[in-house]
Amino acid sequence: MTIAPKAPRKLTMKQRYEALTRDLDWEPSYVDKNDVFPYTEFEGIKIHDWSKWEDPFRLTVDAYTKYQAEKDKRLYAVLDGFAQSQGHLSLTDASYLNAMKLFLQGVTPLEYQAHRNFAYLARHLNGPGPRFAALCQSIDELRHTQTEIHTLSNYNKYYGGFHNYLEQHDRVWYLSVPKSFFDDAVSAGPFEFLIAIGFSFEYLLTNLLFVPFMSGASFNGDLPTMTFGFSAQSDESRHMTLGLEAIKFLLEQDEANVPIVQAWIDKWFWRGYRVTALIAQMLDYMLPRKVMSWKEAFELYFEEQMLGGLFQDLAFYGITPPRHVDDAIGEKEVLSHQVYWTLYQFSHAAAFTTTFPDVDAMSWLSENYPGTFDKIYKPLWDKEAKNLAAGGRHFARGLPQLCQVCQIPMLFTEPGDPTTLCQRDSVYNGEKFQTCSNGCQWIFEREPEKYVQAWLPVHQIYQGNCGGPTVPDVLAWYGIEEGDGGEYKGSVDNNNWNTWHNLADHSHIGSEA
Amino acid sequence: MSSTAAPTRPVGVDIQESETNRSVVEAIELTNVDCTVQHIPGIVRITAPGRLVITRESVEARLGREWETHEFQLAIVSYFGHIKEWDDDEIVIAWDH
Repeated sequence: MTIAPKAPRKLTMKQRYEALTRDLDWEPSYVDKNDVFPYTEFEGIKIHDWSKWEDPFRLTVDAYTKYQAEKDKRLYAVLDGFAQSQGHLSLTDASYLNAMKLFLQGVTPLEYQAHRNFAYLARHLNGPGPRFAALCQSIDELRHTQTEIHTLSNYNKYYGGFHNYLEQHDRVWYLSVPKSFFDDAVSAGPFEFLIAIGFSFEYLLTNLLFVPFMSGASFNGDLPTMTFGFSAQSDESRHMTLGLEAIKFLLEQDEANVPIVQAWIDKWFWRGYRVTALIAQMLDYMLPRKVMSWKEAFELYFEEQMLGGLFQDLAFYGITPPRHVDDAIGEKEVLSHQVYWTLYQFSHAAAFTTTFPDVDAMSWLSENYPGTFDKIYKPLWDKEAKNLAAGGRHFARGLPQLCQVCQIPMLFTEPGDPTTLCQRDSVYNGEKFQTCSNGCQWIFEREPEKYVQAWLPVHQIYQGNCGGPTVPDVLAWYGIEEGDGGEYKGSVDNNNWNTWHNLADHSHIGSEA
Repeated sequence: MSSTAAPTRPVGVDIQESETNRSVVEAIELTNVDCTVQHIPGIVRITAPGRLVITRESVEARLGREWETHEFQLAIVSYFGHIKEWDDDEIVIAWDH
């Protein structure tokens, strides 16, 4: 006898989430719970009731896959259309792609690292709610890695700097900034990782990271990156929620968690903020068509939304704004100029190019930085203009001292004094270590045993671990080829771009060097 | 940084500008009378004092078809505030404290 299947009864979103995500959990009966979840006590965080973790998105596997598939379909339709229509020729200028080279080399490998560590959380957190949210984020991050590579691979057919990003991420000096940041996070415990990446990176700083790249893409004709950015950001709003839920959950579970979480916020705000130094210069100097200044982005996305909104919410739990936040605010007028001035002089050893800001860019910088640009930075460029006129484009010959914590060359200045370099010394086990700021020094002195192990690219070159003693030796070891770095004007990309745009016959495009 | 209570401290959401999302934005404007809508390239940014509500009913009325609240995941780019509620009928963004 066959029984006709009953018509499915439709569950509400809440019921489906309870049934399909929460209720699939079980209590271990013949294995000790601490053996199943061995990593959630050593950091000193106390959790009394894992069921109190909320996931407002109430995701189930079927809903998750359905919407993610739709997001991918939309993105790949755009990628195909752009490639088929020779879309790369409609960019504002080939120099725009320097921002994307930096993205592929610096950010894409971090997505993969995030994928791995969220997979670890999806296994090792005790509660089914956070485990499932972490699983979704882990799959998201893998999707971001893949879609970023696919999005930018089209440019690799025509432009330099895209061909060896994975090896470069592990080796090249400026890429040790994002790499060491994430290595620091994945080598921390699961709760610190959640505050480091889930909260500080995904909630506090995500808009400063992604919105500049997406708006830059939108203004400069880069349709695929803009579409990828939207696709990724739609996941990002879920990641922000996971970060915010994580912090609220920890703070509500036990009062003893509050000082631990506060110290992590203090540390990870500054760690993340230092990585955004690369974004600041990208926004103010690398985009041929400007979007908004770093200062404006910082004021809107950080000062207004985070300090004005979020931290007032967290004050309820006794959480205060991050230590050293005033130093970050104080730097907003000088940060991008200091970083680009340094990258300009070192791009002969980079997989992107730099160039002298043109007249329009200079006046934009003056307008957007009325307090600092004309007074402090324009004179530097005026001096370089004389070098250029005399045929001597300036590249730095030596190697810079790097900060032991953020690994950025020691180019930052004293708080409130933009003409005096900031250099902090700390002694550990009889050895002296240098940091670039009060924030990085505080982080070093809190955990010196961790940061003395830093793989500092400049030290490694001097120790003979990077291919040899000369610049060409090191560049060969970096996998940097002719046309990847140096001055933009007269570069392979620049020459190809000019040829492609002046040529009547376009049929050979892409078959050049 | 001035101290403002949760009922009035701004919350907001950034939505990708597209054909489908135009109805979503219109529905949000109708539901939240005191909201501010700003168009920036590719994005519509909606902010409101204290609380922002997106209801299934109002979106369906503008869109002329069924719309499940999960579909908002395809529209959202970023937000600030806290997602207080997300069920079959509505999504609420507000601060807790």
